[in-house]
Amino acid sequence: MEKILEVKDLKVSFHVYGGEVQAVRGVSFDLFKGETLAIVGESGSGKSVLNQTIMKLIPMPPGKITGGQILFHGEDIVHKSDKEMEKIRGKDISMIFQDPMTSLNPTMKVGHQIMEVLHKHQNMKSSQAKERAIELLRLVGIPMPEKRVNQYPHEFSGGMRQRAMIAIALAANPSLLIADEPTTALDVTIQAQILELMKDLQKKMDTSIIFITHDLGVVANVADRVAVMYAGQIVEIGTVDEIFYDPRHPYTWGLLASMPSLDSDHKAELAAIPGTPPDLTNPPKGDAFAPRNQYALAIDFEQEPPMFQVSETHFAKTWLLHPDAPKVEPPEAVKLKMRKLSSTFEKPILVKEGK
Amino acid sequence: MAEKLLEIKHLKQYFNIGRPNQVKAVDDVTFDIYKGETLGLVGESGCGKSTTGRTIIRLYDATGGQVLFNGENVHGRKSKAELKKFNRKMQMIFQDPYASLNPRMTVADIIAEGIDIHGLAKSKKERMERVYELLETVGLNKEHANRYPHEFSGGQRQRIGIARALAVEPEFIIADEPISALDVSIQAQVVNLMKRLQREKGLTYLFIAHDLSMVKYISDRIGVMYFGKLVELAPADDLYQNAMHPYTKSLLSAIPLPDPESERTRRRIMYDPSSHHYEENEKVEMREIAPGHLVYCSEKEFEQYKAQYK
Repeated sequence: MEKILEVKDLKVSFHVYGGEVQAVRGVSFDLFKGETLAIVGESGSGKSVLNQTIMKLIPMPPGKITGGQILFHGEDIVHKSDKEMEKIRGKDISMIFQDPMTSLNPTMKVGHQIMEVLHKHQNMKSSQAKERAIELLRLVGIPMPEKRVNQYPHEFSGGMRQRAMIAIALAANPSLLIADEPTTALDVTIQAQILELMKDLQKKMDTSIIFITHDLGVVANVADRVAVMYAGQIVEIGTVDEIFYDPRHPYTWGLLASMPSLDSDHKAELAAIPGTPPDLTNPPKGDAFAPRNQYALAIDFEQEPPMFQVSETHFAKTWLLHPDAPKVEPPEAVKLKMRKLSSTFEKPILVKEGK
Repeated sequence: MAEKLLEIKHLKQYFNIGRPNQVKAVDDVTFDIYKGETLGLVGESGCGKSTTGRTIIRLYDATGGQVLFNGENVHGRKSKAELKKFNRKMQMIFQDPYASLNPRMTVADIIAEGIDIHGLAKSKKERMERVYELLETVGLNKEHANRYPHEFSGGQRQRIGIARALAVEPEFIIADEPISALDVSIQAQVVNLMKRLQREKGLTYLFIAHDLSMVKYISDRIGVMYFGKLVELAPADDLYQNAMHPYTKSLLSAIPLPDPESERTRRRIMYDPSSHHYEENEKVEMREIAPGHLVYCSEKEFEQYKAQYK
């Protein structure tokens, strides 16, 4: 499969009054054509910073890419200037934001906001652009697009605005779409519609999607692969089945167990992850998750765990996969769903640096 | 559980009455809340679930209907003393822990505000002791008392909001989307805390939310609202197994579950309000199709639902 994006050992820091916040601490992943990669994690885990870095949207300073590469179609974009990025943003990579009310321009007609992209990246004439805008609105399921194209964002409902955002994002046929919590502000019924729409459009246009969310239900619905982030690092990555049916990292266990499923018992207490994420100005020594981890081993407080490969596509960063580690039982709620997947290696393999 | 703590009878809350933009936010809603239970209220945004909660606690004056708390009407003319009495028994936890705490007050003052108003502490020392005790109850510690809200994370702020609600020893707490603004792992912490407090203090909750899986987990009974009407009310498990009203079915079919296999086969049901074909003079109301399971329906649908019920 064709690789659209390769992120290699990316590090991003912010210089603030209290010191240097290491928001992204060495993230590597690949993204293939036409697939959806979901990135999950708590607030402050660095998932949004990671994606804004891919778009080069973080303010520099105070932000700084302190290391690593972002290869988009094989070309490193870390050193690209703002001018060069402008040619990529909106055309090859575009983004859908969480809150459609604050990310649409309230003083501009929706149609004009779509046409802006067409003017800039496809050199379309106004009449032609307007036709295309109407077509795009129809594509994202907005009724009466001829009328809607001349309306302002405040005349749209929340779900409609998100549809308009998607129309803007897709106007120039981008090869990569980054969706940052696109459905968090929406109702379940509207959320289901938007997710269906995104999957449908992806099939038609063969776009790759990076989908950021903290809702594991949404992840199960949209993702082909899932990356779990904690404290600025990817702690586990694998196909959606591997993450939900054969998770290996205790943080992933914690996330899965803290969500009640529709058939879970009322009486049983939810398995909450105690405590809060660490302060990334001084990331803790060893495994950043160790202080909140009931399965933490002594080595977790001393040395950062390496990546272990569990299957062709499944990686987890935990000492528990080391051959010398004791056997532990994941929480009850996770065990219920566990199953043996055919692709799993017999033994986890230690991944050497610079994979 | 048979004792009724709260009876809501034909509650109506209209906004902009008489003007063209009149909104019937809550339109003739009737239900009871029993002592010690958690009643979940779900629905889309704009369906009137938050307005119902706010009207019950008299943040809005009801347009019509009654709210009886222990048999006494909450609405209507009240002296200051009477109001104070109600305010002590009913408290609220809000959705946004960033907006619902005064940024200029210390945590101790925020929590003790109710204690001061109701004169529950005789001395300064007693007041602070009470604050420390409350902080510990919600899983924070003494040292937090003199800090300001901005020094806390979202989950911690929500704990402060809960401590504030508990300060006046209420019997009934309305929680309006208390966990929607929090991270998944923190949500579980707050829900566990609320459940523990309910066990220890015998609290009654009205839990308003749109996250159906969390609502099912915390609630004994669940009410579903649609456009200002309560369309279905049933024990939590029963509602999920035997949803009768088409809107409830569509809502249930839209929740994404953390299970890739069931997601691949998900079939979403759409709700179309015109599918009911109500006649003009047909009486549409809440009818009990099974013990404790009420559905908003017409006589004809009532027979159908009863036949379908397993």
